[in-house]
Amino acid sequence: MQINLTVNGKARKTDVEDRTLLVDYLRENLRLTGTHVGCDTSSCGACTVHLDGVAVKSCTLLAAQADGCSVTTIEGLAQLNTNGTIGQLHPLQEGFKECHGLQCGFCTPGMIMTAADLLKRNPSPSEHDIREALEGNICRCTGYHNIVKAIQWAADHTAAPLLADHHVWTNEVAVTV
Amino acid sequence: MITYPFQYKRASSLADAVALLADGGKALSGGHSLIPTMKLRLNAPDVLVDVGRLPELKGIALDGNELVIGAGVTHGAIAASDLVKQHLPMFATGAGQIGDPSVRNRGTIGGSIAHADPAADWPAMLIAADATIVMQGPSGSRQVKAEQFFTGLFSTAMHENELITQIRVPKHDGAKMTYQKFSQPASRYAIVGCAVVKNADGSLRVAFSGVSEAPFRDKNVEAQLSSGQTADAAAGMSILSDHYASEEYRKHLANVYLNRALAAL
Amino acid sequence: MTNFFKKMSNKFIGQSIKRVEDKRFITGKGRYTDDIVLPGMLHAHFVRSPYAHARVVSIDMTEAQAMPGVIAIYTGDDVKDLNGVPCGWQVNFRNGETMREPKHPMLIATGDTAKHAGDPVAIVIAESKAIATDAAESVQIEWDELPAVANPAEALKPGAPKVHEQFPDNTAFDWSLGNPIEEVDAAMAAAAHVTTLEFVNQRVVPNAMEPRAYIGAYDEVSDKYTLYTSTQNPHLIRLLMCAFVLGIPEHKVRVVGPDVGGGFGSKIYHYTEEALVTWASKQLSQPVKWTSDRSEAFLLDAHGRDHVTKAEMGFDADGNVMGLRIKTVANMGAYLSTFAPAVPTYLHGTLLQGLYVTPKINIDMTCVFTHTVAVDAYRGAGRPEATYLLERLMDLAALEMGRDPAELRFQNFIPKFDGVTEPGYQTQVALQYDSGDYHPVLERGLEMLGYADFRAAQKEAAKTNKLLGVGFSTYVEACGIAPSAVVGALGARAGLYESAQVRVQPTGKVSVFTGSHSHGQGHETTFVQVVADKLGIPMEDVDLVHGDSDALAFGMGTYGSRSLAVGGSAIIKSIDKVLEKGAKIAAHKLECAEGDLEYAEGKWTVKGTDKSIGFGDVALTAYVPHVYPAGLEPGLDFSSFYDPANFTYPFGCHIAVVEVDRETGKTTLKRMIAVDDVGNVINPMIVDGQIHGGLAQGIGQAMFEGTIYDENAQLTNGTYMDYCMPRADDLPMFETDRRTTPCPHNPLGVKGAGEAGAIGSTPSVVNAVIDALWSGGHQVKDILMPMTPERVWRAMNN
Ligand SMILES: Cc1cc2nc3c(=O)[nH]c(=O)nc-3n(C[C@H](O)[C@H](O)[C@H](O)COP(=O)(O)OP(=O)(O)OC[C@H]3O[C@@H](n4cnc5c(N)ncnc54)[C@H](O)[C@@H]3O)c2cc1C
Ligand code: FES
Ligand code: FES
Repeated sequence: MQINLTVNGKARKTDVEDRTLLVDYLRENLRLTGTHVGCDTSSCGACTVHLDGVAVKSCTLLAAQADGCSVTTIEGLAQLNTNGTIGQLHPLQEGFKECHGLQCGFCTPGMIMTAADLLKRNPSPSEHDIREALEGNICRCTGYHNIVKAIQWAADHTAAPLLADHHVWTNEVAVTV
Repeated sequence: MITYPFQYKRASSLADAVALLADGGKALSGGHSLIPTMKLRLNAPDVLVDVGRLPELKGIALDGNELVIGAGVTHGAIAASDLVKQHLPMFATGAGQIGDPSVRNRGTIGGSIAHADPAADWPAMLIAADATIVMQGPSGSRQVKAEQFFTGLFSTAMHENELITQIRVPKHDGAKMTYQKFSQPASRYAIVGCAVVKNADGSLRVAFSGVSEAPFRDKNVEAQLSSGQTADAAAGMSILSDHYASEEYRKHLANVYLNRALAAL
Repeated sequence: MTNFFKKMSNKFIGQSIKRVEDKRFITGKGRYTDDIVLPGMLHAHFVRSPYAHARVVSIDMTEAQAMPGVIAIYTGDDVKDLNGVPCGWQVNFRNGETMREPKHPMLIATGDTAKHAGDPVAIVIAESKAIATDAAESVQIEWDELPAVANPAEALKPGAPKVHEQFPDNTAFDWSLGNPIEEVDAAMAAAAHVTTLEFVNQRVVPNAMEPRAYIGAYDEVSDKYTLYTSTQNPHLIRLLMCAFVLGIPEHKVRVVGPDVGGGFGSKIYHYTEEALVTWASKQLSQPVKWTSDRSEAFLLDAHGRDHVTKAEMGFDADGNVMGLRIKTVANMGAYLSTFAPAVPTYLHGTLLQGLYVTPKINIDMTCVFTHTVAVDAYRGAGRPEATYLLERLMDLAALEMGRDPAELRFQNFIPKFDGVTEPGYQTQVALQYDSGDYHPVLERGLEMLGYADFRAAQKEAAKTNKLLGVGFSTYVEACGIAPSAVVGALGARAGLYESAQVRVQPTGKVSVFTGSHSHGQGHETTFVQVVADKLGIPMEDVDLVHGDSDALAFGMGTYGSRSLAVGGSAIIKSIDKVLEKGAKIAAHKLECAEGDLEYAEGKWTVKGTDKSIGFGDVALTAYVPHVYPAGLEPGLDFSSFYDPANFTYPFGCHIAVVEVDRETGKTTLKRMIAVDDVGNVINPMIVDGQIHGGLAQGIGQAMFEGTIYDENAQLTNGTYMDYCMPRADDLPMFETDRRTTPCPHNPLGVKGAGEAGAIGSTPSVVNAVIDALWSGGHQVKDILMPMTPERVWRAMNN
């Protein structure tokens, strides 16, 4: 089937098998390999991306379900220079570097995308809020200590909203019955 | 991990969805129970009918004395809803305990109850709050009380070709309610989930998830409590047992969590 | 050996420099093996045994072969000429009988038996991952299921199912170490108090977040293979695969370990899939990729720990440790993995002295086969098991004798020794510790804890439904494996040195090549800090290259907390050679004697003058040798191998504070204190990070993790929905501090920090729960790990 998505701001039109998972579409069709696969039970969060502005596990979503939506991956988080090179990093990216919030880096894209979702909902989270928000993201390297600090750092260094708000059909609440 | 091949169809309307299901399609809502099982190849539907975008399944609104939650509303949206916080606060805090934020951003209340995992959180809350499940099938719409809806392990009163459209819950203004959960540490599903609603008139409704093959209303406990006796949760029930919680321990936890729920009211 | 640490200008060393490698990971530009796509690449999927023990009666591939997009299916018959995966360490029986070493076949052929669930029977290669998966499922195998055993103690019982017909008692080897058993028996008999503990150090799964992935690519024209592999040691894989498995010449094989998403031991070993994709790429003249699913990882990545132990510690009436007697059965799994025999023996038995002056020690070890995947080194490898044993005994003995657990340790600590002014400490179990000063780490730990206040709070808590407990653990471990001659004498089939090359480019920029491999440890930063300081040049002028067998002569890789102690020392050796040659060139240019020069801040200066020449000018001269010392070779590029003189011996003190819910048995870890002495520290931020990660894994073993096998030796909790990985909300912020006792025998004075966190923490957490229970009147000796709420609840209610 053909799907149309906006990925990191670019319109994409692709033919995929119906059973293609969003994560495989991103990694294999678009070669956006920053989104990782760490498990097969929707548990680890390494595959987290934003779909219309909210964090989702792209391993538990068909590409077809994302048809017509806007996807942001880790590659789309930093501002790009006009020549396409990486420009200003997102505060969370800075925070992870500043606070040594990553070691092997495998969980990191998912951690950052999940944290971005948190900071959108809760711009000044407590340590407890952060730990709760990371419930669905597993890191084997850091013991989470510095990930928590990295997210606090980003919260302290963020002025503007973290990601552009898109139309959020998944969380629409105000429809009449 | 790759599912078996299948055909994906997106329902364009409620009527379209019902027709596609009647043709043997399987409903796909948030996909957070269905897709994991398909990836592990434990489930192999030929046709998936995506009902995830149907406006008919969206929305939370008041309708007279009832709060109406669309089957396709996500756990996250319920947790964040002011209407829910106001009229059914337990639903907001309970929904916030399901899975993790990404799961809550996708998983829906309708999908959860259709799936009927014995360890899922919604069933206890729905039973305790005396909710009604509204389903749409080829021959029209019907309603079943939550208390009668969950019939066993992963089984419900829903027919194969039916679609859950709404969950209708009486407004509980003036009532006290709480959902207390003891989570399985790996999956975060409920080993014991205890929902208690204390109505303005003092009457209690108590329901459990996780304890038995199906969630259940514990009328025994309700009676014991109303007559001032010591409650004995899940008495006479067949109780689940697994690596994390044996039958004996689970039953013990049911009582601990009942007491915690009562104390939290 | 002189300590360069003190002599260097140290602009970067000792600083928490932000990591150089981070940028690619935080922007999604990391390149892990599964991210790599080669032209014409095919995809592999394995057909595996669903049973722990079963004979392949027949294999029918007709349906699978006919599926569109299927390129090839290979079975055991196709690879019968290949050797098995070798074991890298030989430990013989104590009576001299040779270690029993069953062949670990590439694929289980018709008529042969699978020996653990997941043992591969066929490799299906197709145009896409999806097709390979579908086709693999269509391969029909008729199985004859046989009885199986997973528990090592059960496997030793008469009549237990046999893993290998030729070894009917399931024993791989037995081993002992320490003082003669008669002496230890006598010490124990004379003891005023003996603390006895029978326990299980359960099997855990390493769970690096990146599942293993391999791409084999054969190039017909050059007759050269390239293997991309998620490994901790590319050269070692090349050696094992070429020399032992495929029998192909090493110079025709390039092994690349690109970005690797964690290892923790599980990516040290050479696995069958690695060799098979490499072999298949030649059969098909196309690259072949295989990426493990997490479910496969649970079944196939080598596991850790798995000891069943009886331990006894004897004390005299004053509380002095008099003897230690250990009997352990260790699980090897079905086949002997790369380092497996060394882990319960030379990495475990040799650490049983701990930090105590115990005069008599004996360990009796039996290593057995079971129908499970191999057990091998997992973060700490043997030392966590040794520490667990000692530290559980210490805390329990204190409770039993009514002594304070901290006091009891202080009393028994080995006195301070620096290994410079006096020799190291000779243990009863073969090793000689290099340097140690044990009191300060425990003193600091107690200070951070606020010990007196804690005991008061604990008394109050005992009146409530939430008990409080504190658990101590003081450990010493052995890192920086190892003097090759020593390990060779102990059965290692490889040397354990490291190599490095420092290539000064003509403009004075420096490329450093190391045989160590970073998969999260931050080598690209730490190693560069060292080189930049040693050469007095900016960090931007130095680049680290690792993970490519074509880039560097040889390398032993990263494990056993050895990278900096061994790999870093090799780099220092090369830098010394660079500076030595540079001085010759500088002296020639400055028209002085070499002895008149001193090197600092990137230039050679004639002592007492302002005449100097910069590092860059010397480098340029070396490559444009117009005005040049006679007879000196051009160029400024040196390789070195460093073979350490000894292991290094970090130590520390870990203290856990827990709260136990009396009603549910649920334990909450309230505080985790770690005071570690890992020798000199190059980058404190990175060292802290290593400690944090280790703590989480050690805590994970105590509280959450552990395999569960059923009576058919099936792993029943092989997913993240069942196997509990520690999550952010399970852990507190860690409280860490350091003490510094330099290593006396390597140039940087460093010891190693990669495993310490996982070594000390586990017993401290278990001890804390036991302490909490005693405070509530439940005098239990042991709770099985992981200490699930039900187990703790039962401990209080039985
Ligand atoms: C990592 C993880 C953790 C989780 N933790 C928890 C937890 O702690 N507690 C908990 O309760 N749940 C938990 N869940 C499950 C989660 O709540 C799911 O979202 C929910 O069970 C299913 O909802 P869904 O919308 O995703 O349904 P889907 O997966 O789309 O569908 C599930 C089933 O319901 C059917 N179905 C879907 N919609 C309808 C409909 N409208 N009418 C009829 N049939 C329908 C489908 O055909 C399918 O059989 C977890 C899931 C994951 C992946
Ligand atoms: S890969 Fe998606 S949650 Fe693990
Ligand atoms: S940094 Fe390695 S898994 Fe998180």
